[in-house]
Amino acid sequence: MLLIHCPCCGVEAEETEFAAGGEAHITRPGPDCSDAEWSTYLFDRKNPRGVHLERWRHAFGCGKWFHMARHTYTLEIYGVYKADELTPPQAILDRIAERTSA
Amino acid sequence: MSNVNKALARAPGYSTAADALGVQLEAMPLRAMITIRGDLADATLVNAVEAVSGCTIPAVRKATFAGENSLLWMSPDELMLFGSYTEADDLVTSLNDKAGGAHMLAVNVSDARAVFRLSGEKARYALGKGAPIDLARGHFGAGDIRRTRIATVATGIVMTAEMPDTFEVFCFRSYGTYLWNWLISACDKDALSDLG
Amino acid sequence: MTRLAEGGSLIDRTKSVSFKFDGKTYQGFAGDTLASAMLANGVKLVNRSYKYHRPRGVVTSGPEEPNALVNLGSGPTHEPNVRMTQVPLFEGLEATSQNRFPSLSTDVGVLNALASKLYPAGFYYKTFIHPRVAWKHLFEPVIRNIAGLGRAPTEADPDTYEHQYAFCDVLVAGGGIAGLLAARKAGEAGARVMLVEQTERLGGRMLVDDDAEIDGKSAVAWVAEQIIALEAMENVTIRLNTCASAAYDHGYTMLYERRTDDRKGAGPRHRLWRVRTKQIIAATGMIERPIAFYGNDMPGVMLASAVRDYVKLWGVSPGKNTVVYTVGDDGYRTALALNAAGYKVAAVLDVREDPIGLLVEQVRAAGIKVMPATGVGKVVGSKSGVSSIKTVSLMSGQDDTPLGDTIECDCVAMAGGWSPVVHLYSHSGGKVIWDAKLAMYRPDAQFRPTDGSGEGFVYAAGGANGALQTEAVLKSSSEAACGALSTIGMKADATVPGVIAVAEQPMQPIWFTPTEGKAAYGGKHFLDYQNDVTVADIRLAAREGYESVEHAKRYTTLGMATDQGKLSNINGHAILADALGKAMPDVGTTTFRPPYTPISMGSIAGREKGILFKPVRETVMHDWHASQNAEFEPVGDWRRPYRYQQGNEGREASIHREIARVREAVGLLDASTLGKIIVKGPDAGKFLDMMYTNMMSGLKIGKCRYGLMCNDNGFLMDDGVVARLDDETFLCHTTSGGSDRVHAWMEEWLQTEWFDLKVYTANVTEQWAQFAVAGPNARKLLERFDGDIDLSGDALPFMSFADGVLDGLPVRIFRISFSGELSFEVATPASYGLALLEMLISKGGDLGVGPYGTEALHVLRAEKGFIVVGDETDGTVTPHDVGMSWAVSKKKEDFIGKRAMMRSDLTREGRKQLVGLLTTDPKTVLPDGAHAMSADGKRAIGHVTSTYYSPTLKRSIAMALIEGGQSMMGQTVTIGIDAKTDAQAVIASPVFYDEEGARQNV
Repeated sequence: MLLIHCPCCGVEAEETEFAAGGEAHITRPGPDCSDAEWSTYLFDRKNPRGVHLERWRHAFGCGKWFHMARHTYTLEIYGVYKADELTPPQAILDRIAERTSA
Repeated sequence: MSNVNKALARAPGYSTAADALGVQLEAMPLRAMITIRGDLADATLVNAVEAVSGCTIPAVRKATFAGENSLLWMSPDELMLFGSYTEADDLVTSLNDKAGGAHMLAVNVSDARAVFRLSGEKARYALGKGAPIDLARGHFGAGDIRRTRIATVATGIVMTAEMPDTFEVFCFRSYGTYLWNWLISACDKDALSDLG
Repeated sequence: MTRLAEGGSLIDRTKSVSFKFDGKTYQGFAGDTLASAMLANGVKLVNRSYKYHRPRGVVTSGPEEPNALVNLGSGPTHEPNVRMTQVPLFEGLEATSQNRFPSLSTDVGVLNALASKLYPAGFYYKTFIHPRVAWKHLFEPVIRNIAGLGRAPTEADPDTYEHQYAFCDVLVAGGGIAGLLAARKAGEAGARVMLVEQTERLGGRMLVDDDAEIDGKSAVAWVAEQIIALEAMENVTIRLNTCASAAYDHGYTMLYERRTDDRKGAGPRHRLWRVRTKQIIAATGMIERPIAFYGNDMPGVMLASAVRDYVKLWGVSPGKNTVVYTVGDDGYRTALALNAAGYKVAAVLDVREDPIGLLVEQVRAAGIKVMPATGVGKVVGSKSGVSSIKTVSLMSGQDDTPLGDTIECDCVAMAGGWSPVVHLYSHSGGKVIWDAKLAMYRPDAQFRPTDGSGEGFVYAAGGANGALQTEAVLKSSSEAACGALSTIGMKADATVPGVIAVAEQPMQPIWFTPTEGKAAYGGKHFLDYQNDVTVADIRLAAREGYESVEHAKRYTTLGMATDQGKLSNINGHAILADALGKAMPDVGTTTFRPPYTPISMGSIAGREKGILFKPVRETVMHDWHASQNAEFEPVGDWRRPYRYQQGNEGREASIHREIARVREAVGLLDASTLGKIIVKGPDAGKFLDMMYTNMMSGLKIGKCRYGLMCNDNGFLMDDGVVARLDDETFLCHTTSGGSDRVHAWMEEWLQTEWFDLKVYTANVTEQWAQFAVAGPNARKLLERFDGDIDLSGDALPFMSFADGVLDGLPVRIFRISFSGELSFEVATPASYGLALLEMLISKGGDLGVGPYGTEALHVLRAEKGFIVVGDETDGTVTPHDVGMSWAVSKKKEDFIGKRAMMRSDLTREGRKQLVGLLTTDPKTVLPDGAHAMSADGKRAIGHVTSTYYSPTLKRSIAMALIEGGQSMMGQTVTIGIDAKTDAQAVIASPVFYDEEGARQNV
């Protein structure tokens, strides 16, 4: 069971306080988009054995959504960042690069 | 609403706690509870809240106290103001008045929650039977608040004093009976005798 | 009796304890385990094996015990599969053997053993495949009856159990010398330490194998000194009888504490600790290995370490005349212990050609015969135990070797080498490495289990890390403590205590002991006692192509179930490697899965049973409802009154009475469970326009609008009435089960998609008690209050609301209706709810006021054709499908669900549409979910979503989703009632009553 740092209230808490929200940084297209774009938005999700950018909510805690960069197999967490950040901060990207280069 | 008869309000009732508890456990009477949402860095809002409550704005996961009032940090844009039940509507009105045009929400939720108090040297361990958080001395102290769960019920846990260790636990009122029964079970002295 | 005249450091000879096994009364001492007490009473046969029902005795002295599983207690406290070696003896203990019929000594299942040639590896897979039907009705029931371990209890367990959360920097698992030293170092470094030990004593093997000096003291004195030091440290918690059962991700560790299994003390019987630790030091020691030889499962064949444990700890000798069979020096300790206790050791059989060293010399000096390069070729005896063995020379190297001398004995002590307990290291992905020199898998420090930051969080210490001798154990422990602490930014003292110990010579592993004739095939060379897996089984699996150790394990059941590889793995894997002609590391090892030893079901449940099983939500009127004989039904977590029973009336009579009350007088419904969410801010209208399919921004202050909420698939997910409180503030009602979900849904969009919108929300569901006051007399009733709200139809028209006071109660009154009648929903702060309810009842006696429940509510709304999200919808239904296109804005540029509703599948002809159904026989009430058939009867074209008998209309009514239903008005369809019966129904409007809405709009 993961130990997760919530970037919104600062606690390290066990996974049972959180709710997973799937892949992060999915763009919601407008109502004029094509069927294919809409389908991609609704249904197409990555399922990597590796680094995954994902959404979580501190459901039993401060209630806030945030982002997490996590390895789906080793369960290493490279960092967490706020829900209104559209891409991972450079420090997290650097950490991912460092940790996955070997 | 000056002709409201506040004597008609009734606090939730619970069964009497058994004698064999290793922690003093009580259900608390009604109190004012005001949910305040807004930008906690906004000076207008901060001034309004501090003026109305008498409490300073708490730091992250802290509670501040002033007389009957206390102010709890609930999330990065949410506070909970505790005070006297009969003054709840006035507190909301004052907050709205003083906050002027700041974008904020102050709403009276004084009737929406149940509050229980645990006190005694084993209180940390009783809560630790269901709350997945570090309540050990030195890691959780007076003025700390944590929103978490007890069993599967969403709760807030505030430590109001240490030595004797005193916690207030609140949850939505509909879960009150369940949580009360759970706390009675967790405070069983035989389940605490070998802890601490 | 085999109790020694003196000795036994754990027992108290002044306290006699009486207990029963299979109905017979025995005596033991306080401090005994059930196993030591049974051995003290000379009882060797304690069980029958799982598959062949072979007679079995105690093999070990600890949690690795494969054979001595018993039923403990009776009736509600009955517990199956308890290892006797872990049961503390207490006065009045009752145990029975399991897996035997009719009795332990006369077991008909032993016939399986006579037919054991018919039960090779994979027998079940191969034999019971055809005919398929026979598996279910013949083979499985018979096999299930014969096989299996104990039987599950049938009554509720009266004991209590609990969970406990704890946090620490370093969790030390195991209280032997490695654990004690690591805990002390971590404690002295200032870390928060938990030291747990599965037995009731600290010191581990040092309490038995005490032939070393540590820091100039006897080992036992050194242990005592560590305990005193640890107990004095405030930052160190020691818990005995507590097993580190599992190490999960990111340092989440499960401990299993057996608090009152000795029936001393009160409170929870077992406690499951849920510990989050930064580092684990696995000082879990080693388990001795059995040796595969012909007949090695006879009662009286035991691990050599267990034999000396019984002698030294419990003052019991399992045998009066013992043969030791050893691969190294360690077995000699057993010979010396027995000799010192005054028992005969017939011989020490040593695999090595030239055993030398101090221990060997001491044994020889005691006059005990040492036989080099000799093994146990065959065990002779009966169900009551070993009577002799035949030796075999190990020089030939052939499986089939002529047997040698006969040696009379009643006990065979096997010292097959030691296997580190790597379970905690492996549970979360730590890898092990084969050490050919020590013939063991030990933790590979290159591949520790890693935590969230990618750091290793388990260090193995001492025996668990492969250290065999005292000096190496302490060195390993010190390194583990230093490593674990440095990982978390702390520093441990690296000094290793000085050790003076007996030098030991290298061991020589043996995986298979030769014997004579057909037996050399290995059919009675047992590897896994618990699962009756033999060398022959593994060899067969190899021949049949099971090259992967994981496949061979499943095919043969080697190391499955509670064993989890404790005793059986290494020998089994070595046999497999040999059969495949591979090296040991090329075969690999199986996965060690938690828990390390079985834990009780009660401990998993904890205190969440009975009334604490699951939280239920109650409104503030719950007790009042109960006082009115309410029958409750679950709605989400809520318990809502389904109906109120009067006198002896039946269920239907209550419901019809309550419906009539609303249609003819005035009824009260506790609607407090409806979700209520405040949405406030300059962008609140804009936000709600996105959340709802209809336009909310244009709603006027003081007015209400019914709104539909869809997901981005275009499917209905919630509905409710929205009221505009002021320019910036809306109050959104949700369904009863939906308040948390809808609030979270709104917050998700605000936080993750439209974080630029200036909107705050608050879930105020529980702030309010709310009643529907519904019926022709509703207004009359409310006008009897002393209030400041004009309740007339002109001042407070349908779909509006007003705030005010009724008889001193602060209220908000909504003119909304879910029954089709004149209806006011009156909300008051929850603390006033009971007062409001009591006033409504007392003021309306002559108006026929009374409560109605959710079933009456459902019939009333169905008569009006109102949908319920979750009844008429199932996650694939759009607003258009349920005939509510009027509630979907065409003007809005976007809202959640808009784009999806343009998809071809959602706009095509022939989608299921909501219609009413009127059965041709008005008395026939269709079953919920019944299917409507196509005209040719070959296809289901829809299903019934709500169906009731309407007492108002005096006929059955139903709603259904039917393909193209809205264009089939007036047509008759066939509805299947059950396999043999159909009903006919006419498709009609789903609004069965007062289609114009005249009754509610007054």
